[in-house]
Amino acid sequence: MRASIHELTDAFKRGETTPSKVTDAYLARIAMLDDRVGAYITVTADHARSAARAADERYRQGRPLGPLDGAPIALKDVFCTKGVRTTCASKILENFVPPYDATVVARLARAGAVMLGKSNMDEFAMGSSTEHSALKVTRNPWDLRRVPGGSSGGPAAAVAAGLAAGSLGTDTGGSIRQPAAFCGVVGLKPTYGRVSRYGLVAFASSLDHPGPFGADVTDTALLLGAIAGHDPNDATSLDAPVADYAAGLEQGVRGLRLGVPDEYFTKGMDAEVERAVRAAIDVLKGLGATLERVSLPATPHALATYYVIAPAEASSNLARYDGVKYGLRVPGHDLIDMESKTRAAGFGAEVKRRIMLGTYVLSSGYYEAYYRKAQQVRQFIKDDFARAFEVCDAIATPTTPTPAFLLGEKIDDPLAMYLNDIYTCTANLAGIPGISIPCGLSSNGLPIGLQLQGPHWSEHTLLNLAHSYEQSNPLQATRGMLK
Amino acid sequence: MIGREDVVRVARLARLALTDAELETMREQLNAILAHIDALKAVDTAGVEPTSHAVPQFNVMRDDEPRPPFPQDDMLANAPDRSGEFFRVPRIIEE
Repeated sequence: MRASIHELTDAFKRGETTPSKVTDAYLARIAMLDDRVGAYITVTADHARSAARAADERYRQGRPLGPLDGAPIALKDVFCTKGVRTTCASKILENFVPPYDATVVARLARAGAVMLGKSNMDEFAMGSSTEHSALKVTRNPWDLRRVPGGSSGGPAAAVAAGLAAGSLGTDTGGSIRQPAAFCGVVGLKPTYGRVSRYGLVAFASSLDHPGPFGADVTDTALLLGAIAGHDPNDATSLDAPVADYAAGLEQGVRGLRLGVPDEYFTKGMDAEVERAVRAAIDVLKGLGATLERVSLPATPHALATYYVIAPAEASSNLARYDGVKYGLRVPGHDLIDMESKTRAAGFGAEVKRRIMLGTYVLSSGYYEAYYRKAQQVRQFIKDDFARAFEVCDAIATPTTPTPAFLLGEKIDDPLAMYLNDIYTCTANLAGIPGISIPCGLSSNGLPIGLQLQGPHWSEHTLLNLAHSYEQSNPLQATRGMLK
Repeated sequence: MIGREDVVRVARLARLALTDAELETMREQLNAILAHIDALKAVDTAGVEPTSHAVPQFNVMRDDEPRPPFPQDDMLANAPDRSGEFFRVPRIIEE
């Protein structure tokens, strides 16, 4: 159960095992361990077995669909799955059964991937610990007293615990990269427009990015290749060819310029995180990358900018939950009373907080001071990256200021929770891609993440850097630690 | 600083029926978050165009071809209350 997707599908091709046998093994492992990890909201065992049998047949005929055929994967419960309950970890969608598949779900199915189930998350993807799920608790497989990160905590924990070979999440302010760092797996946020958002339950439309989690960089590249590309159902998706990400991993890093920004190595950063990330940067230098000191002076304003724009977009997107077309309804004496009671009962505390904040910053008299101001500062953050990428090909930083924190540690202090996004939310504001890869363990045995960010459409460069690093410093896989 | 009446006003705009205790917690937490966000006011942004999307695309066109819509029954299947082919809602207009 320590196999990566590419090892599994290679074994399928050689006839050493079958998608059905592997799917059954994963389902058995979920049955044995997931009451302790809590990665899944819904396990789709029948669906998985039937998809695996179809994959068996394709391998038997020597005609697999590609490098993901028969790969058992988990999907964050934010992606619509036709006929399979999609909750967004919210009471308001607890019984929602979508009438269609998200584009990324359909693409993975067409590539032969086997959906094991829908995994846990912070409600509506709002949070950094998965503690805001209204439905269940997810624990970090490295230390069950700790959070897996969020909001894609379920998909990250599933891969880390060997409860899925790979998974898909979404990243609005760090929600793929931060849980990848906390759980010791690889997580990639693509360029805005590289992967379709169609069928993704919307949180903040200008910041939401679907992306993959993998046990290693090769798997992450394979999953990205399967979901990337133009989709006429998402007008913001780019109509441009998709690179063969997995084929470009062996190019090496000689001559690549790696930027190290002053503003991301500041006081308050955990000393062990700083040491691990600087050591990883030295490894890349040793492999032939050159280091460039760069400056991103708008960074100190990024978090405030993010926490105006993301709640503003959320307050607008979540207006659709009105108890009329789908989801929960609480009766009321008139329409407004029904809507207000439905939303009060259906949304959890963090979602209410963001809706309130977003409604406030968009309301008459405050729009100019907050929302318009934040959109202007967003331009400075974009400009910072554009200037930095004139002198470097990628930027190396920590993914998070600290390793995984304890369950309950930050739940009562929203601002402390928001500070988790300090190194990741800039990439969402600028729309640039970012990847988090494991770069060591803290003294108490918790994974630390190295983040690499690049210009728009530079996923191949980031994957190449990450792969080179991984080859010289293979990740210490946790999968199999839980007995 | 925002006061309780601001929180009540925003909750009404957001269609959230909050309890008295929630309104008070919300007032405290929103003030703490806004204190952090207020740092933006010191940034000189004179003459800067607001950015709405990081990777802007304009006038994305497609052919105007009819496609089969989702079946009506599928779209009504998740309705909390329906009447035939309609979503049923509480009374909006007074008699």
